[in-house]
Amino acid sequence: MNMQAKPVIARRSPGPDGEKVITLAALAVGGQGGGVLTNWIVDVAEANGYNAQSTSVAGVAQRTGATIYYIEMCRDTGRQPVFALSPAIGDVDILMASELMEGGRAIMRGFVTPGRTTLIASTHRIPAVSEKIIPGDGRANGAEVIEAMGIAADHVVAFDMETVAKQAGSVISSSLLGSLAGSGALPFPRESYEEVIRKSGRGVEASLRSFGEAYDIASGLKPAPEAEAEPVKPIPVLHVPAKLKRKWAALETRLGALPVEVQEMAGLGLKKVVDYQDIDYGAQYLDMLDKVVELDAAPFEMSVEAAKYIARALCYDDILRVADIKTRASRMERVKDEVVVKDDQILMLTEYFHPRFEEFTTTLPKRIGKWLQNRKGLEAWYAKRFDKGRRIRTDSLRGFLMLWTVSSLRPMRRRLLRHESEMAHVDAWFAKVLEVAKTDRALAGELLANYRLIKGYSDTHVRGLSKFARVMGALDMLKGREDAADWMRRLRTAALDDVEGEKLDGALATVRSFAG
Amino acid sequence: MAERSFAKEVQKLKQGEGETFTGEGILGITKALLENGVGYVGGYQGSPISHLMDVLADAQEILGELGVHFEASASEATATAMLAASVHYPIRGAVTYKSVVGTNVASDALSNLASGGVTGGALIIVGEDYGEGSSIMQERTYAFAMKSQVWMLDPRPNLPSIVKAVGDGFELSEVSNTPVMLQVGIRSCHVHGHFTARDNKRPEMTVSDALENPKRKLDRIVLPPATYLHEEEKLTKRLPAAQNYILEKGINERFGNASGKVGVILQGGTYNTVIRALNRLGIADLYGDTDLDMLVLNCVYPLVDSQIMEFCEGKDAVLIVEEGQPNYIEQQIAHMLYKAGKTVRLEGKGMLPMGGEYTGQVMVDGIGAFLAEHAPAMLPVQKTATNEEPVAIPDLSKTLPARPPGFCTGCPERPIFAATKLVEEELGPHHISSDIGCHLFSIMPPFDLGATTMGYGLGPASAAAFHNEDKKGRRSISFVGDGGFWHNGLTSSIGNAVFNKSDNVIIIVDNFYSSATGGQDILSSRAVNKTKQTQNSIVDAVKGMGVKWVRQIDRTYDVTKMRDTLKEALTTEEEGPKVIVASSECMLNKQRRVKPQLAKAAKEGQRVVRPRFGVDEDVCTGDHACMRLSGCPSLSVKDTGDPLRDDPVAAIDQTCVGCGNCGEVADAAVLCPSFYQAEIVTNPSATEKRRATRARKIISWLQSRRDAKRVAFA
Repeated sequence: MNMQAKPVIARRSPGPDGEKVITLAALAVGGQGGGVLTNWIVDVAEANGYNAQSTSVAGVAQRTGATIYYIEMCRDTGRQPVFALSPAIGDVDILMASELMEGGRAIMRGFVTPGRTTLIASTHRIPAVSEKIIPGDGRANGAEVIEAMGIAADHVVAFDMETVAKQAGSVISSSLLGSLAGSGALPFPRESYEEVIRKSGRGVEASLRSFGEAYDIASGLKPAPEAEAEPVKPIPVLHVPAKLKRKWAALETRLGALPVEVQEMAGLGLKKVVDYQDIDYGAQYLDMLDKVVELDAAPFEMSVEAAKYIARALCYDDILRVADIKTRASRMERVKDEVVVKDDQILMLTEYFHPRFEEFTTTLPKRIGKWLQNRKGLEAWYAKRFDKGRRIRTDSLRGFLMLWTVSSLRPMRRRLLRHESEMAHVDAWFAKVLEVAKTDRALAGELLANYRLIKGYSDTHVRGLSKFARVMGALDMLKGREDAADWMRRLRTAALDDVEGEKLDGALATVRSFAG
Repeated sequence: MAERSFAKEVQKLKQGEGETFTGEGILGITKALLENGVGYVGGYQGSPISHLMDVLADAQEILGELGVHFEASASEATATAMLAASVHYPIRGAVTYKSVVGTNVASDALSNLASGGVTGGALIIVGEDYGEGSSIMQERTYAFAMKSQVWMLDPRPNLPSIVKAVGDGFELSEVSNTPVMLQVGIRSCHVHGHFTARDNKRPEMTVSDALENPKRKLDRIVLPPATYLHEEEKLTKRLPAAQNYILEKGINERFGNASGKVGVILQGGTYNTVIRALNRLGIADLYGDTDLDMLVLNCVYPLVDSQIMEFCEGKDAVLIVEEGQPNYIEQQIAHMLYKAGKTVRLEGKGMLPMGGEYTGQVMVDGIGAFLAEHAPAMLPVQKTATNEEPVAIPDLSKTLPARPPGFCTGCPERPIFAATKLVEEELGPHHISSDIGCHLFSIMPPFDLGATTMGYGLGPASAAAFHNEDKKGRRSISFVGDGGFWHNGLTSSIGNAVFNKSDNVIIIVDNFYSSATGGQDILSSRAVNKTKQTQNSIVDAVKGMGVKWVRQIDRTYDVTKMRDTLKEALTTEEEGPKVIVASSECMLNKQRRVKPQLAKAAKEGQRVVRPRFGVDEDVCTGDHACMRLSGCPSLSVKDTGDPLRDDPVAAIDQTCVGCGNCGEVADAAVLCPSFYQAEIVTNPSATEKRRATRARKIISWLQSRRDAKRVAFA
């Protein structure tokens, strides 16, 4: 807990006519238009007969760092007040944060004071570099910050202002201004804000829409936009060829026979596996899953993990898969949507591939692939001739057909070298899971989840495999312990947390110290 | 300043008598220079004074009309040396730079200028980059003022006071034949305010006039025996003249009740924060009216002994508010009081912190403590006692991610460091020397490259000691930007490496501008600049210095080439420094330049291609390896909404400028095939459209054929 060392005693005193200085600080991430917002607020204040002064520490603003803008204003009485040049701890009336963590930073820096500060914060996230570079999920805990807001601020206006602005075709400065106006923290009428936006001259209509929407939400006229709770979308089956109808129906029946708790995840898994390869592969998936379910009991947590990770293990990332995805109609539509292509425009699409000798040989039938892999001279020759980045234009016939051809190798996948090594890996893992499941279901669940460590392509994939091997290697030390599942989970988390594996080394050393 | 227009600001410089000027502090200073008949202006860009340079660079028309010469100096030393024009001639001159770094570079010229003294007013506007948000080491410029005996103004931070200080500075300089520093903090420079303008004034003598009528006075030249005379003159003539002027013109201000038993002596620059603290303590109103006796030093050097002694007379205790350390002012005042045998209690550092910015809370605490001890009766009761319960606020320090500044979206320097990282993965870690400039962001995640930074243009110089006895052993890698290269690097870094037969590797990061300071043109800028000679080749300059191994990379985004070139530089058997010039235009400035052009072309019906990158989320496995080699603001993580997946995947947002780094890195590092480059063609040609339609038809036929044969899901 961050106890304030001393009771807050130093409050500003008003002028002889009751006029007060209002202090407003805005914390923004560089490039969010904090300067525009600052100018708007100053203009609104001046239009309402206030003296206003703004300062900022610019320079770093354009380069993604956190930036503070600061405004003071006071009803004009004919004398110039002495305005401060930077926000002071415990002395900020209105704190605006254009991103959730920046709101948290304001609290930590003491700019949000109970009983005094109106906190206006957008709850959307712009992950910092340190969050993005974690191999697992490195994103900070937003709920904690939102909770702290409620404790630290006198009045909180917090919602996703970025989305509100975007939906109106504007940028966040306009929805922040709308939230400020709607919060009622400043004694200025709504019209005066809108007038200032109108005078600013660029993107006026969109800005006004965004302003108005945010105003309504901040003043309680409208509910805040709900964060999309990401419901599990049941994936509809679009089409089943006549020849396969009977087989598919059989799989669906088997799915229905699974415990209710497992069905949802198993349904998703089954579709993923069938989509990846074919219906027989789906049957293989259900066979594996059944074996786990047999060893499980309500609430079937282990089986849910199995439904999830068996599907992932079966659907390894190979060139066939990539070519398949990149040549689908739905993918083309999504790209067009994402990069915004209008009807009278044309989209050129370039894919970046870099197939190495390894990818080449593992995409060949087992025996040829192995034979080639043992020819070192050939590998060197390949490296010289072919080991380079390839740019493939999938909007052109030639490029599309290249990928199309690769993707059409799909029926042969089971005969390829890659499949053999992948299945050997899966089998070894799955055997361990089944063995452990007999005695320790929680631990077996964790072993299943360890497959999360395997991801990426080429070197990243190799690193993932090695992390997986090291985490799984701790099984013998942990087996039979009551806290085995817990430690297995900790090892996995450590492995996900850093690239070099130093945290994993540390965690493994700890395990060795008590298990050795 | 190639890619930004300051036309609006330039208009403000034209304002005449009685008009209300509105704008930032630094622009107010710029206007004040013209109002005070300045004859020439120079300087080196840097926060917080870049704006002065940028606006004047665009104001050629006004400057021409007034007969004022402006130039963007090669360095702060050049700028200060430029003030030599005021030594023999009665011409007012002003230069500006960031301090303390700029003053460091300028100090050779500053000492010489200060020794001989000046005839025309010589003003050095130093942008003091101290305290929160500063990008440089925390030192004071004050020491330079003391050692060279040049005067220093530190006006109250409001536009009328700052603007007045410009005029005062010129006069003070002229009456005391001494250069004057006008110190302004970051926030004073960026504070928005108003003042009443006056007409611009043509200098009484222009630099052209001086050239036509050359003058020299032997006793002003820094050479013995004149130097002994100069020292004597500083003490016996210039200092007393300055002190007289300060007293007579009332440069320092007195506020509050002069008969008070306690008082505060403060630097002008801290005035607003002090008043706010007093207001919060219930001792001043919001206009600054107070009973507390205050001496505001708008001139912080020299101090006027008699003024200080008079202020302290009859007081029980005096507080010195002096930001930064060492506490030179406090020491001087303590010395005065001790010599005079005074018993007044002197407080300062101790009650206030030794170092760091004096922010609002620091000032409340310090002044509060001073008053509580020496004048408790002045503090209202409610300020010392409270019933308010402290509220426990959750500690978020472990939750919040740091957000240090980093490379912009599409920055051409990013691929250089991605390549460096790839080379290190192969050859192991190296000693890396960094320099000043945007490229210094390499020390932050995700790159974590660079061990030291020793000053502008000194990156390779700071690797000078690293001489490997083993010719085949590891070499150091050092970086220098194009700005630093021309500022000081060509001689201090490149020349030094050639002369001393260094075997190390030097990468010159050439992005066509002095980018970190706002995108000003420099010698090697590619743009055509009406008033400057640009397009001077770095490669030629490096070769001219005697470097034999030079490689030019024209497109830094070619990560593979960048990586291979660096690897070659680190392993080649050729002797002497290995220099790689890595060139691509600063993306921020490129966008400023290109965006309007493209928009116009598209409107006129011309074929325009807009590139953008994207990620196939089904192909992305969420290992974030790409982000560990990028850190681009437009490349981020997002949830997939798929319960089968645990980790967020990579995603590229609308701000992507399509620089190509993502694809190149994925290729060079053999990461993954998730990235695609989309090029959106506006106004495509008829053939292009026909071809696209045909391809689309065949492709969708193939797709529907495949889908018909398998179980298809949405």
